[in-house]
Amino acid sequence: MSDGTYNFAYLDEQTKRMIRRSILKAVAIPGYQVPFASREMPMPYGWGTGGVQVTAGIIGPDDVLKVIDQGADDTTNAISIRKFFVRTTGVKTTEQTDEASIVQTRHRIPETALSDKQILVYQVPIPEPLRFLEPRETETRKMHALSEYGLMHVKLYEDIATHGHIATTYDYPVKVNGRYVTDPSPTPKFDNPKMDRMPALQLFGAGREKRIYAIPPYTEVKSLDFDDHPFEIQTWDAACALCNARDSFLDEVIIDDRGGRMFVCSDTDFCTARQAEGHVGPMAGTLPGSASEEVADGVG
Amino acid sequence: MALDEPLLVADDVGKRYGTQVGCEQVSFELWPGEVLAIVGESGSGKTTLLNCLSAQLEPSAGTIRYRTRHEGLRDIFAMSEAERRLLMRTDWGFVHQNPSDGLRMAVSAGANIGERLMAVGARHYGDIRETALDWMGRVEIDQGRVDHRPETFSGGMRQRLQIARNLVTGPRLVFMDEPTGGLDVSVQARLLDLIGGLVGDLGLSAVVVTHDLAVARLLSHRMMVMRRGRVVETGLTDQVLDDPQHEYSQLLVASILQS
Repeated sequence: MSDGTYNFAYLDEQTKRMIRRSILKAVAIPGYQVPFASREMPMPYGWGTGGVQVTAGIIGPDDVLKVIDQGADDTTNAISIRKFFVRTTGVKTTEQTDEASIVQTRHRIPETALSDKQILVYQVPIPEPLRFLEPRETETRKMHALSEYGLMHVKLYEDIATHGHIATTYDYPVKVNGRYVTDPSPTPKFDNPKMDRMPALQLFGAGREKRIYAIPPYTEVKSLDFDDHPFEIQTWDAACALCNARDSFLDEVIIDDRGGRMFVCSDTDFCTARQAEGHVGPMAGTLPGSASEEVADGVG
Repeated sequence: MALDEPLLVADDVGKRYGTQVGCEQVSFELWPGEVLAIVGESGSGKTTLLNCLSAQLEPSAGTIRYRTRHEGLRDIFAMSEAERRLLMRTDWGFVHQNPSDGLRMAVSAGANIGERLMAVGARHYGDIRETALDWMGRVEIDQGRVDHRPETFSGGMRQRLQIARNLVTGPRLVFMDEPTGGLDVSVQARLLDLIGGLVGDLGLSAVVVTHDLAVARLLSHRMMVMRRGRVVETGLTDQVLDDPQHEYSQLLVASILQS
């Protein structure tokens, strides 16, 4: 239950209003990075202070919160942020994507499609997609203002020249609503197509960089590419070893020191739900702690 | 190309840094296909003037007008910033003395040449690469080095790459700031030969700042001699070099080592 010593959602009401004003501006100008007076949060930068402030700004007592990190509900970052909001708001939390009204995420978009009743909050380390090509902030702002985005293609050109294909696999730049080039945060490019015309509101918070930006529901999000090297998402030869899914983002997990490996869904909720529905992957039930551990050797 | 109108018109241009004079009362017209050299000792205001002309520095007096492709002569500082920047990366080129100022050292030669194309909307990798290779050939860089970074290039190659990067969008006007400075003599000669050839072939206009009268003689049709921010003499290059009128020009010409 909520800890009475804190204001609801930790931040004071004036701060939350400031954040909401920035969010409103961000929604009005899709993909534009709105500066905001980011606060010190009781966790280090890099742990999602931007996402936490955005969530604190929009959360109400009736919301149901889901927090994921790399698709998983049970990693340190996800658990500590979830606990933070339980302690400071007392809201209900869930691991099921379709039950949540707010999903705060680091590095993934859930596999389950989101609805227009939900809000997806991203934790963003570096909001400026042009940063690594043009380090001057004054110059990148000018480039955004004048839509001078040729430089983004220089990066993709360089990828093809070096690797023979576009080797950018995460942080893959997108153009929002035909205007602003935007950093989708370090989600894999596998998730980029989900951002396009997503029914849910997408909010991005960068705490250290003090920026908020947004993609309103049903907004066009296009991944940048070349005519002769079109945008493609990652594919895998394997299916999920636990739930046999072939259409989800798979993590490669090394399971012994003899080259054994398995591929599993990074979205734990999606994988668990599929297993409950009776989908069985080649290694289901063979993992350490399960009854027939020896079988894993044969498969690996 | 209409030849009956100047391409660039400077009218009483001056730039002051506080009470310090950068340059003042500079007026001239640059015609299509013409190469103008600005010579003078260091501190004479050559580079200040060049930065004003190329819209990188706003002058404190006077106007600079450029004949745009569609709208005739326009004051470059009365344009919107978007128009001016578009002009700078399409219809103009700027060759810096130090190539690392004009190149992206951390991306390949091909990407350096292709950047301007991508900035104006080229979205076909194969075509961009084809053009880059073609330009590598035209500036005499081994095409096999298209994927190498300019960090691995020699000074002369970097300077040639910088020229290719600027000329790829077919500009009509190129500004050059000491384009051969810092290169050894044999490389200078080759580069001058290359620049001279390209300017002639493409019918470019150019404004070249140099303290080296040999560069001015080889490249330019007309020259302006500057001293303490003012133009002291102007005329056809051969005329100024063979028969300098102003005492300072006489001093400059007399100080060339005779072989």
